[in-house]
Amino acid sequence: MSEVLVVVEATKEFGVKKVTLEMLTLARELGTPSAVVLGGAGAAEALSGKLGEYGAEKIYAAEGDEIDGYLVAPKATVLAELVKRVQPAAVLLASAQEGKEIAARLAVKLDNGILTDVVGLDADGTATQVAFAGSTIVKSKVTRGLPLVTVRPNSVTPAPAAATPAIEQLSVSVTDTDKLATVVERVAEQKGSRPELTEAGVVVSGGRGVGNADNFKLVEELADLLGGAVGASRAAVDSGFYPHQFQVGQTGKTVSPQLYVALGISGAIQHRAGMQTSKTIVAVNKDGEAPIFELADFGVVGDLFKIVPQAAEEIRKRK
Amino acid sequence: MNIVVLVKQVPDSGADRNLRNDDNTVDRGSANNVINEMDEYAIEEALKIKEAHGGEVTILTMGPDRATESIRKALSMGPDKAVHVLDDALHGSCAVATSKVLAAALGQLNADLVICGAESTDGRVQVMPHMIAERLGVAALTGARKLTVDGATLTVERQTEEGYEVVTAATPAVVSVWDTINEPRYPSFKGIMAAKKKPVQTLSLADLGVAADEVGFDGATSAVVEHTKRPPRSGGAKITDEGEGGVKLVEFLATEKFV
Repeated sequence: MSEVLVVVEATKEFGVKKVTLEMLTLARELGTPSAVVLGGAGAAEALSGKLGEYGAEKIYAAEGDEIDGYLVAPKATVLAELVKRVQPAAVLLASAQEGKEIAARLAVKLDNGILTDVVGLDADGTATQVAFAGSTIVKSKVTRGLPLVTVRPNSVTPAPAAATPAIEQLSVSVTDTDKLATVVERVAEQKGSRPELTEAGVVVSGGRGVGNADNFKLVEELADLLGGAVGASRAAVDSGFYPHQFQVGQTGKTVSPQLYVALGISGAIQHRAGMQTSKTIVAVNKDGEAPIFELADFGVVGDLFKIVPQAAEEIRKRK
Repeated sequence: MNIVVLVKQVPDSGADRNLRNDDNTVDRGSANNVINEMDEYAIEEALKIKEAHGGEVTILTMGPDRATESIRKALSMGPDKAVHVLDDALHGSCAVATSKVLAAALGQLNADLVICGAESTDGRVQVMPHMIAERLGVAALTGARKLTVDGATLTVERQTEEGYEVVTAATPAVVSVWDTINEPRYPSFKGIMAAKKKPVQTLSLADLGVAADEVGFDGATSAVVEHTKRPPRSGGAKITDEGEGGVKLVEFLATEKFV
């Protein structure tokens, strides 16, 4: 079976991201998964255990400052050389900012089609995408080159399949043009041990109804009790209640968790665009006519400052 | 500084949007078409740089005839002129081909700085800035929430999942911006009147030296096979809190195995 290249998404703090495990699971349906680690020195070694657990038969690694010290371009150059050499059946990247950017450059370098926000991929290369804020399901295909797709987090259930991958270090030959955008500093802002918003199985979001930044503690408390991530509507972010990187919606993150809890969110189309493909939606809002209730599998009309603390207490009791 | 802002006309994301049944492209005929929201932040950023450092701001749009409305709207915010890449053969172009056309146009405009929105609200594909930078062999500083210009040195704070990165490059460069970077100005009445007289140059594929079979459906590197509307979600149980709302909420979560 042909190789399928999976470009690994990982963080220093938490290691291999869940979307990587989803991609490895998907890749096993299409061929033999090989993980590609493009990062700082020692990254592949540190990640190899987890990658093997989910079926990576091989790990290609390009590491060091030449790769990691510049924005995206060196990674695309290394990946393009690898693709030309191994002629994989498909290349999978995460449908997040960097994955899409690497894929963009790869598509131009190889004059190859690209499909983003893919939620499913058949063996014949037909991809399923969700478009227009989850309202339209699209089947599409790359018609020039190999299937180059970016996979949306929470599209596939990761399934382990043990393998013991050997690491092959790739010789790095990046050009001066790849080194035009220098990364001077990386600053972590996300606090605590909450799962990342786009990958979380549970997301608890607050909106304008939360009232102020301090009250977001209520949202955080419920999120922590449910093991979830915290999100915020645009109204809440614009009002300064919560930082922008947690914004869910048309101009923020798209999430598709098992459970989405909307607190004090009216459900404007801007917000729905980012969350309406969630499996189960629960809403609390004082306005019974709020459009969020049209989506909610369970809605409570009332004061969130009474309902949420009571719910938190009830969860604690049951634990 | 010679700044070019990429502006895309998109169907209004606040209304129902569809793909066409005849050729699977975005239905622009029935939709209310507007400037891609994120592009307004790109225009604002360009105008701020011009105000601080001097230079000229040019709008570059690829799109059908009706994109003229969005070009005039963009000009009413304050840019100096616009270039409209207009050619019937462009209909059905994929992202790879679109980047080829835009790069060819940018090659003629000699920009020091290209600014665009981080993504469009229709495709949300996010690939255009890097595709263009790759073709032009210039730096791409993408996902900026802050941009600083110091002579020919650009520094951005790039929003990431974990926080942000500080990334720097010399011009010429492509910068893409999120909506956290500024607050776009509203066009003034004077601006709206002035926009009607600002030069809008139309370029065809022939003007750009791009062959018709490199773009459109003929040149596409990917194709939509089929599309269907997802059935709208229907609301489930809705209760009014009468003192036990929190408990009932948790009972629901328990039946769904979340608690």
